[in-house]
Amino acid sequence: MDTHETIPLIVEFTGGLEMLFSDQRKHTLQVPAKDDKGNAVTVGWLVHHLCEEVMKDTRKELFVLDGHVRPGILVLINDADWELEGEASYVLQPRDNVLFVSTLHGG
Amino acid sequence: MAPVPCAICKTSRALIIRPKNHQKLCKTCFIQVFEAEIHHTITSTSLFSPGDRIAIGASGGKDSTVLASVLKTLNERYNYGLELVLLSIDEGIKGYRDDSLETVKRNAVQYDMPLKIVGYDELYGWTMDQVVETIGKKGNCTYCGVFRRQALDRGAKMLGIKHVVTGHNADDVAETILMNLLRGDLPRLARSTSIVTGDETSDVRRSKPLKYAYEKEIVLYAHHKKLDYFTTECIYSPEAFRGSARSLIKNLERVRPSAILDVVRSGEDMAKLVPEEVTGVSHCKSQKVSLSSADGEDEGAGGCGTNGRSSGGEMADMEKNLQQNEDAVGREVDVTLLMSSDTNGQKHNRIEAKGRKPGRQEVGKKLVRQKLGTCTRCGYMSSQEICKACTLLEGLNKNRPKMEIEIGVEEEESSTLRRRMEGIAVAVG
Repeated sequence: MDTHETIPLIVEFTGGLEMLFSDQRKHTLQVPAKDDKGNAVTVGWLVHHLCEEVMKDTRKELFVLDGHVRPGILVLINDADWELEGEASYVLQPRDNVLFVSTLHGG
Repeated sequence: MAPVPCAICKTSRALIIRPKNHQKLCKTCFIQVFEAEIHHTITSTSLFSPGDRIAIGASGGKDSTVLASVLKTLNERYNYGLELVLLSIDEGIKGYRDDSLETVKRNAVQYDMPLKIVGYDELYGWTMDQVVETIGKKGNCTYCGVFRRQALDRGAKMLGIKHVVTGHNADDVAETILMNLLRGDLPRLARSTSIVTGDETSDVRRSKPLKYAYEKEIVLYAHHKKLDYFTTECIYSPEAFRGSARSLIKNLERVRPSAILDVVRSGEDMAKLVPEEVTGVSHCKSQKVSLSSADGEDEGAGGCGTNGRSSGGEMADMEKNLQQNEDAVGREVDVTLLMSSDTNGQKHNRIEAKGRKPGRQEVGKKLVRQKLGTCTRCGYMSSQEICKACTLLEGLNKNRPKMEIEIGVEEEESSTLRRRMEGIAVAVG
């Protein structure tokens, strides 16, 4: 780690996911710009980070299943479906808004 | 990644990738396409007529909120001439329904629609909290499901409304098709595929205008339109079997997004192969099927839910022909083999369910032929002497609720349940 530089992010949880994150919809985070190996952090890294550092709920499988965001949870990066942005490999930019929406809850 | 332009307008940045065809769309075009498709579903199935009063079954959740929003938009845009009313059921679950009803109340203001709330307590004398207190969490979904279906119809009747629309989406339909497939319930599988139940002659029709809409797109529509909806899980036990079917659907979608609509289409095609004798549903091409789901228990009893078919007077003529002239269609051959030999003369196509001759031998497993009547207790639509809601209530009131009700039957409960219920009805009668 050659730098302690951090980047600001807004991470939001809706559609019932806020339940897993202290019932808080909007989280303002400062995350390291680089991961342990010195690579720029990605959304994939962020998901892992959220699971390990931010989520207090023990039911991790409701958010991440087999190392991937659970099927049925949509991820929007600055309002765009993350499938348009390279999914987990998307490199986070300062002030990005990353929204996780569950589609799994009652209609 | 470089921004991708919208496939339709070619100018704005694409934000949505459609599950059914991978089309990349901007927000504005997505909203337009989504609404246009619902409009197409509505018009191609002749779901509404001008002047209809429609109750929207509103839970405050994403599906019914999107349904209310889209129907309001389309009603104004295309002059459907509908009078829309929100109808909500208060199951009496503290910390769940009371919160979501607040959302519905806001929706009523936002969409300028009247709102009617009917409670389990007033209808049945029991709230779900009290039911759970009595029977425990296991199996309570069955009670809730049976009560809710009747409550929606009763609410509609109180309003003098004959058509209730619900927010069931393509994922829900696919899930139900899979569940019925997995438990070998072909009759219910067939019924669950249709977009509408009942016709002008029934007390209350039911339909699912979002039947072909992906849950993902419903959530994205709600997000991009900034709709006010409520999300929380029911605090009582989620239904395990449906949950598994749901996970399966979501996993399939991940690998092959078109899978959901493919399952829906497959269900519709299978439904056509199920003889009317089994489903109690005529395979009509006009979407107005006259059989009823007894007790309203099926989310969609009815005929074919296939889009884009013709409807109208020609079908009536065809029905007449077919009544004289059976086993007309090639696709019935395989099915015929399954039937007992004295079932010649049965028609698989477009027969008015009410016109069926009684006393014909049942096909396959012993299935109760559904015949619409009224419950001798509550006077509400039922295929049995005493409807399921009354049967369940009786058990509750006698404080002996352990009636061996299958877990895993909530939305469309199985024929097994129906048979058991019949048994119980007889026993107590």
